[in-house]
Amino acid sequence: MSKTFSIGGIHPADNKISLNSAIENFPLMEVAYISLSQHLGAPAEPVVAKGDIVKTGQLIAKANGFISANVHSSVSGSVVSIEQFPDLTGNLIQHIVIKVEGDDWVEDIDRSTEIVREIKLSGPEIIAKIAECGVVGLGGAAFPTHIKLSPPPGKKAEYIIINGAECEPYLTSDYRIMLEKPEQIIIGTMIMMKALNVKKGFIGVENNKPKAIKKLKELCSKSYRGLKVVPLMKKYPQGGEKQLIEAILKREVPSMGLPIDTGVVVQNVGTALAVYEAVQKNKPLFEGIVTVTGKCMTEQRNFRMRVGTTFESVIFAVGGFPRDAEKLISGGPMMGKAVSRIEASMVKSTSSLLLLTESETRRGEEGNCIRCAKCVEACPMGLEPFLLNRLSRSCRVEDLEANLVYDCIECGSCMYSCPANIPLLDTIRISKAQVLKILRNRPKK
Amino acid sequence: MITTIIFTIVCLSLLGLGLALILYFTAQKFKVEEDPRIDDVEAILPGANCGGCGFAGCRAFAEGCVKAETLDNMFCPVGGNAVMKSVAGYLGSEMEEKAPQTAVVRCNGNCDSRPKVNNYDGYASCAVMASLYAGDTGCKYGCLGQGDCELSCKFDALKMNPRTGLPEIDADKCTSCGACVKICPKMIIELRNKGPKGKRIFVSCINKDKGGIAKKACAVACIGCTKCQKVCAYDAITMSSNLAYIDYNKCKLCRKCVVECPTNAIWEVNFPVRVPKREVAATEEH
Repeated sequence: MSKTFSIGGIHPADNKISLNSAIENFPLMEVAYISLSQHLGAPAEPVVAKGDIVKTGQLIAKANGFISANVHSSVSGSVVSIEQFPDLTGNLIQHIVIKVEGDDWVEDIDRSTEIVREIKLSGPEIIAKIAECGVVGLGGAAFPTHIKLSPPPGKKAEYIIINGAECEPYLTSDYRIMLEKPEQIIIGTMIMMKALNVKKGFIGVENNKPKAIKKLKELCSKSYRGLKVVPLMKKYPQGGEKQLIEAILKREVPSMGLPIDTGVVVQNVGTALAVYEAVQKNKPLFEGIVTVTGKCMTEQRNFRMRVGTTFESVIFAVGGFPRDAEKLISGGPMMGKAVSRIEASMVKSTSSLLLLTESETRRGEEGNCIRCAKCVEACPMGLEPFLLNRLSRSCRVEDLEANLVYDCIECGSCMYSCPANIPLLDTIRISKAQVLKILRNRPKK
Repeated sequence: MITTIIFTIVCLSLLGLGLALILYFTAQKFKVEEDPRIDDVEAILPGANCGGCGFAGCRAFAEGCVKAETLDNMFCPVGGNAVMKSVAGYLGSEMEEKAPQTAVVRCNGNCDSRPKVNNYDGYASCAVMASLYAGDTGCKYGCLGQGDCELSCKFDALKMNPRTGLPEIDADKCTSCGACVKICPKMIIELRNKGPKGKRIFVSCINKDKGGIAKKACAVACIGCTKCQKVCAYDAITMSSNLAYIDYNKCKLCRKCVVECPTNAIWEVNFPVRVPKREVAATEEH
């Protein structure tokens, strides 16, 4: 019997069409556009100047501030300029533009495929190494991993959970790495366990990936005793941190709290692999696995892609835009963001590029709420989306706060299940931001 | 028979009298003293309950006026000086006259000058759109065109023009309550003095990008060239982050900057049409 979270959830069609295509290296681009704002928080400070020659894996921008991570060059060549380019939302962000000349890696990166099993570094050294290599969470929000691995004083991690649920439809990048690099993921997990000084870890994998579960289980039972593979029921949003913790450990993250409040640190499988590569192979995070998929495309593939590859070049490499393509999404169809500029480039946490047709993306005409409570049933956080929507439209901020709008994880299950096509998530997301802003500015008692 | 009726009447009357007395004494005991002037001031006010004064509604504003020692910080934008004068007269206090204001739209990037670079197919609300991304044109500062401001206007003074995709303000109807200013997620709308005979000059753009980027996104963007600042004899124009701003208190309406602006980002309103020297661009429409 597979585990799952207790309330809410939906079952969107799986659509994992690229499941069986092995990871291929994406051809090197001619010009790389590397964003200095790879995630929330302060942008990184460039340490190279125009005209400098850089190698693949060389540090080009230093972390600046608390929530920030180092950025490394994903290519070798000369820096053309440091200027503003639009990211996928159309906002102008500082990018380092590098003209690619060959592929000359920094010498101390171990490029062999041999698996290094022995963990030589101590806990604090591991965290320093991860910070140095600019590893960020690859589950979506791209939160710097070294911060997540250093719990605030007074809090102690008991368990680590590795998230291999990949509950979003279409995405297969996590599945492919679990299949192709299972041992590396497990060693990455062991490294993080050593850094956190925890003895027990879980890898949660949805049961629609039996091959991955089997492979990981075999390895864990053979040589990695502290780790346990937990098959999870296929249900969206199984990969949400709070849902995952509840499913595996039956613990509830408190409202406004973090997973560490329940003694758990959650990391994505992609992050575990990046940690392995950083600590054992000395390889900074400058490439990632990206699923390029969509029903309208002739072929769906999984690529190992360098940070800074433009979306435009990816689409053209797989045969250009099909005639009926309407929308390009970075990430999954449920929580991904629509790409408004195809000249935007890949960042560390890009997991997928998804092309959807007009009929797949069309929003139905909005009707009236018929109080069917499907949204209430679907909400994995136990909120009442129909009520929040109504309160949000009349700007009743106090009532929104009383109804815990800030607990919304923006998974979109409510909007997916609404038969009247009410834009529940859109309105709730705005109020959530509004309420959080008020809460942040409120003097603490 | 008749005794029953009399008995009933007497009983009910006594009961009624008793309850009335209880009610009377309770009302006396828990009476809330309210200044009778509040009602009178409220009667003078326009009763639009728009919140433009900063209070929850006209009643709250009347209460505020009566309680306040001076009327310096109290102003009803809808009633304007006339209403405030009568309020001040009634309360026997002084009031400052304020120049009448109107809302102006500081974006003139219509469909031709600011081409769309993507299609927005989400929920038709500026607030939602602004929370998702920079917008469907190249300019991330510009009007999103979903009409949140039109919905917020209680005086029918603001209308979205479907041809340009921009809001247009009827200065005669605008009461400068500021509802549209508050609701616009891009902070495009500003309250400015109406000016003598409704004549006013303002920079109709809030693009803070460098000239090249701004110009690429929108043909009528302020490119921060500082030409207007140099030509202004009254120090009314200030430049900050590649954007010119005209201080309406200093501007003497000489219109030199309007001619100077290479992108027609400076607008003049209610001026007589200029003779051939230069094509008058869309001034009278506004």
